[in-house]
Amino acid sequence: MATLNLIQALNNAMDLAMDKDSSIVVFGEDVGYEGGVFRATKGLQEKYGEKRCFDSVLAESSIIGSGIGMAINGLRPIVEIQFSGFMFPGYNQMVAHAARMRNRSRGLYTVPMVIRMPYGGGVRALEHHSESLEVLFAHIPGLKVVIPSTPYDAKGLMIAAIEDPDPVIFLEPKRIYRAFKQEIPDDYYTVPIGKAKVIEKGEDITVVSWGAMVRDTQKAIDAVKEKGYSVEHIDLRTISPIDYETIIKSVKKTGRFAVVHEAIQTYGPGAELIAGVQEKAFLHLEAPPTRVTAPDIIVPLPKGEHHHLPSVDIIEKVLIEVIEF
Amino acid sequence: MILEQYDVLKDDMIQILSPNGEIVKEDWVPDLDSETLLDIYKTMVYGHIIDEKILQFQRQGRILTYAPNLGQEAAQAGSAYAMKQTDWVASAFRELGVWLRKGAPLYNILLYWYGNEKGMHMPEEVKVLPINVPIASQFQHATGLAYASKYRDEDDVTIAYVGDGGTSQGDFHEALNFAAVNQTPNVFIIQNNQFAISTRRKKQTAVSNLAQKALAYGMPGIQVDGNDALAMYAVTKEAIDRARAGDGPTLIEAYTYRMGAHTTSDDPSIYRDEEEVEEWKEKDPISRMFKYLKNKELWDEEKDEAFRKEKQEFVKDTFKEVEDSGLVPIEEVFGHIYETMPSGLKEQMEKRNKEAK
Repeated sequence: MATLNLIQALNNAMDLAMDKDSSIVVFGEDVGYEGGVFRATKGLQEKYGEKRCFDSVLAESSIIGSGIGMAINGLRPIVEIQFSGFMFPGYNQMVAHAARMRNRSRGLYTVPMVIRMPYGGGVRALEHHSESLEVLFAHIPGLKVVIPSTPYDAKGLMIAAIEDPDPVIFLEPKRIYRAFKQEIPDDYYTVPIGKAKVIEKGEDITVVSWGAMVRDTQKAIDAVKEKGYSVEHIDLRTISPIDYETIIKSVKKTGRFAVVHEAIQTYGPGAELIAGVQEKAFLHLEAPPTRVTAPDIIVPLPKGEHHHLPSVDIIEKVLIEVIEF
Repeated sequence: MILEQYDVLKDDMIQILSPNGEIVKEDWVPDLDSETLLDIYKTMVYGHIIDEKILQFQRQGRILTYAPNLGQEAAQAGSAYAMKQTDWVASAFRELGVWLRKGAPLYNILLYWYGNEKGMHMPEEVKVLPINVPIASQFQHATGLAYASKYRDEDDVTIAYVGDGGTSQGDFHEALNFAAVNQTPNVFIIQNNQFAISTRRKKQTAVSNLAQKALAYGMPGIQVDGNDALAMYAVTKEAIDRARAGDGPTLIEAYTYRMGAHTTSDDPSIYRDEEEVEEWKEKDPISRMFKYLKNKELWDEEKDEAFRKEKQEFVKDTFKEVEDSGLVPIEEVFGHIYETMPSGLKEQMEKRNKEAK
């Protein structure tokens, strides 16, 4: 066992996978010599050579597009987009090709590639560094979307993403890259993609969150519990495909549902989850399902960012409203 | 070596076979046996026949949109015969001659254009990426394919095709840059057919020939008469040999003309004069090669007619088979989104099945 933070766990996952499988290559802007601006790939070039871990040219479409070609021709690329807000030049390659190559060739050519992107707000950054864009990927058939919230899951989900036969968008909540450490096994292990995790059992309401919002939501839940209520908290972990089985089972038990995310509200992930809950568990609901989200605004620069992320207080207030409806 | 003698800034165009089928540059004539020369010619004619037949089927309402290759037969077959079977190709959608040379079954090609993705599930040894519609995006895949070959110390080269309009896309520039920086075994071929749908080549770029774009990335660029199969073969062969030897990528501009429409949905009479088309008919790649082969006594009118007839029948019969393939079952369109169908998707398929009944 080692005590690692989330970014160290990711580094450890890639290291173990590269050691095991020589078809894995890692590249992106500054990921080689420097080890990435967040140091996720630290030491990998030194250990595995420049051929396997290299600095790409500064071009997101090239990063994704060349990764697609490598994946088709037998490699397993793990590529990094430095911040998810800069992924747009590469978005065409993800949507038009990574997601479609299997279908277009009816299974002849596939793209087993991991696209890593630090995402999310609360880090007091410049413009384009704080977005939560998970729905832009989750809306695309052919892509899988994963977001870990703990070092343990980060490592296990990363290894699962590397082993996955399809392209996986791996969104990393950079706000909690170094927020806390966790004891995790030294060995190579996977956490299955497509499986949510019940992180706390309860009876009065089902709350779903993911990424950095898991911690904030848990703080709110702790406050709600002090008022005598019992809350079931689910970490979604995989945004696509959605593990409705776990969610619906819980909602049928609690009769109440809330989803918390830092992506903006309209057409956000909460809209899909609430629609899914209504479709699959309407007659079990005792209160209107609710979402706690960022508003439909452009992520403000640091002095205005408090208007964006849902705070612990806001989450707590909304949960109480649903429970006491 | 043609590439060594060539100066892209001088705006010269490499030609070996003149429009009336005469050798104009003896030193550069590629060392090809009679069989290969005939194969190149036959592939050009075969492609032309496929185009004509599909256009006919389209007018009969038996097939929907199609992008014909008419006029570009030499650019395609000439370059494709310079490849070896294990080389990769990243194509766009107007490279029929390349597909044929790489062994793509006609049934598959027709099935795709008929409206069934299954056609793009080619036999594994073909090694041409599926028809790629978003312009120039396939150039990026080509660099990755080549990187992987080099990574494993295999000597396969990846050849990518794009049109003149595609040279304006960011993906074109990014891919050339990646290939030069990483010295990947790539050959990039621009089929400059003078038009991006209706937009003329001079509206795409102010540069005097498209091959000059190579200079900015630190790789050789060369402009070739795209209607001259021998020149296309010779130059592509040199570029592929260079790439295979580890000497990096090359950019080739095949200067040609799109004799037909962009696709069957397009009407070129809106944006170009018949006069211009007539001028290009004089430079026709197929009749040029025919004259050359006839002069060498390798081919004649009689053989030509018999060959054409045989191929016309084959295309007709194959298309009939394709028409018998029917509609695509629901499992096919749901079944290749992921390797394993997620339960939510399976639920949607079952729901759709039930609702449709």
